[in-house]
Amino acid sequence: MTTLTLQPRSRLQQRRTSSTRRRMLVGISAWIVALIAVAPIGWMVLTALHSETDAATNPPSLFAPLTLDGFRAFFGGAGISPWPPLLNSLTASLLSVILVLVLAFPAAFALSIRPVQKWRDVMFFFLTTKMLPIVAALLPLYLFAKAIGGLDNIFLLAVFYTVMNVPIAVWMLQSFLSEIPVELMEAAQLDGASLLTILRKVILPVATPGIAATALICFIFSWNDLLFARVLTGTAATTAPVFLTGFVSSQGLFLATVSAGALAVSLPVIAVGIAAQDRLVQGLTFGAVK
Amino acid sequence: MTTIRSVEPESGLAPETSRRAPRAPKHQGGSATRRWSLRAPLLPALIFTIALTQLPFIGTLIVSFMEWNSLFPNDIGFIGLSNYAQVLADAELRNTIAFTVQLTAIVVVCSMVLGFAVALLVNEKFFGRGVVRSLLVLPFLVVPVAGALFWKHAILNPSYGLINGTLTAVWSAFGSSSPPQPDLLSTAPLVGIALSLIWRWTPFMMLILLAGLQSRRQEVMEAAAVDGAGAWNSFRYMTLPHMRRYLELGGLFGSIYLVQEFDAIFMLTAGGLDTTNLPYAVYKTFYLANDYGLASALGVVVVIGTIIIAMFTLRVLLSLFKENAR
Repeated sequence: MTTLTLQPRSRLQQRRTSSTRRRMLVGISAWIVALIAVAPIGWMVLTALHSETDAATNPPSLFAPLTLDGFRAFFGGAGISPWPPLLNSLTASLLSVILVLVLAFPAAFALSIRPVQKWRDVMFFFLTTKMLPIVAALLPLYLFAKAIGGLDNIFLLAVFYTVMNVPIAVWMLQSFLSEIPVELMEAAQLDGASLLTILRKVILPVATPGIAATALICFIFSWNDLLFARVLTGTAATTAPVFLTGFVSSQGLFLATVSAGALAVSLPVIAVGIAAQDRLVQGLTFGAVK
Repeated sequence: MTTIRSVEPESGLAPETSRRAPRAPKHQGGSATRRWSLRAPLLPALIFTIALTQLPFIGTLIVSFMEWNSLFPNDIGFIGLSNYAQVLADAELRNTIAFTVQLTAIVVVCSMVLGFAVALLVNEKFFGRGVVRSLLVLPFLVVPVAGALFWKHAILNPSYGLINGTLTAVWSAFGSSSPPQPDLLSTAPLVGIALSLIWRWTPFMMLILLAGLQSRRQEVMEAAAVDGAGAWNSFRYMTLPHMRRYLELGGLFGSIYLVQEFDAIFMLTAGGLDTTNLPYAVYKTFYLANDYGLASALGVVVVIGTIIIAMFTLRVLLSLFKENAR
């Protein structure tokens, strides 16, 4: 191996000039691709900052003066205020993240650190529940919610979001917890540390980034949901995505307001997603891809 | 972390679960109390999940054999397979199934091809690579409804959308005053919906495939280059075989998520112009038409479709899982 790689160094050196040109070319094309990909988002930001008349022109007016009127119209305009739905989304998402962690962390513990028998089967059971389409369970959940008087209730919505996210969280947390070296825990045990101390002093410090990533990803899924919220909430517990579907009116100019709204509702997810971007795919593929 | 990965060079593919495996037998001889104390932390999550996923599905299965429209509360009863017969006989519902398959296939294939190309590009070293990578992920982070709403009004709109606006600008730059102004959502709604979804899902594919590219063994790739393997040959005979797994995973997970797509249909066309997919049809039948029986039968059809995809997914995942457990 070593001789193989050492011998032709000189040839590699000769190629260096052509490789810098290649690198330039790759860099430029990558930047172009990235700019095309984010163009709709850039357009969203720009439109949100334009006045309604400048927003709806053909060809687009890129250099129109900027204004916050779109955001003002969205947040405080003539229509219904978006704050209650935004708060509802926040409540449901945060509550569900807490519930998910409370349920999934002990489960992941029992599937990695002190594994139960057939832990692998249990893991795959969790996985298959996530593959069941939500629509297949929607009607009974709706009837159940209706029967217990839980329609239009943000807490019940959070419970349903929890079901949606527990399998993902179990898989992610399991993979993070398994990364903790066994020796570390055995050493702590030999020193007579109790389970609680081990949890606090050994497991949590190592697993915290993983737990945070799990929480962030579950937050995104809950925040994004439209179907559950649309079917199970009405007026009081309506969430931001449902609000977005309802606030478009067909009259008059509204493009700047729509863009401001889309941006405002997406901002939390964009922030959270950038924080968790390295783990995003891991969550979406049940840890199969890191 | 780094050391662990370099020991298991093949993969960023879930190696960690394996390291627990040898420890499992230790507990097998334990007393019943010990076994239950191990199981106890698992039970809340397990019971909760079973209660809210498996039981409702059984409910759906039962209702799918019933006549049940909440507008006619006196006509509830079992009617055997006629809901399923209706699903298969009704031209509109058959069309729904066909549309779901078409949309899923188009979006998965296109976003995978694009995602692969972009991943190959981003895998190279160049100035600002980290920023480019983050930018490329952004479309996936726009809330789906918000994205669909924006696509409908600000991008696909025939009179002032970004696409037609750009066409006007480009055409007038070349002195033409009659640029093409397609109305995608009315004339080719499948294309319009697919475009918005491809935009959203390409980052997902890119991230999966990028992880795959980065798990190639660098020494081997370099050795091949040194031995005079051309770019195409090393792509064809080394990268592609290595990427097979990742392409399969991307395709399968993409399919599972896209078969369930609801937001884009709801927002862009509301199922008009033959663009109703299965989840939207379930929603419409159950929530708008109150036909619980038929909606449940449709739900079961979605599940059957998903199970077929899921079986392949599980096989790929299980093989990865076992391979890493060696």
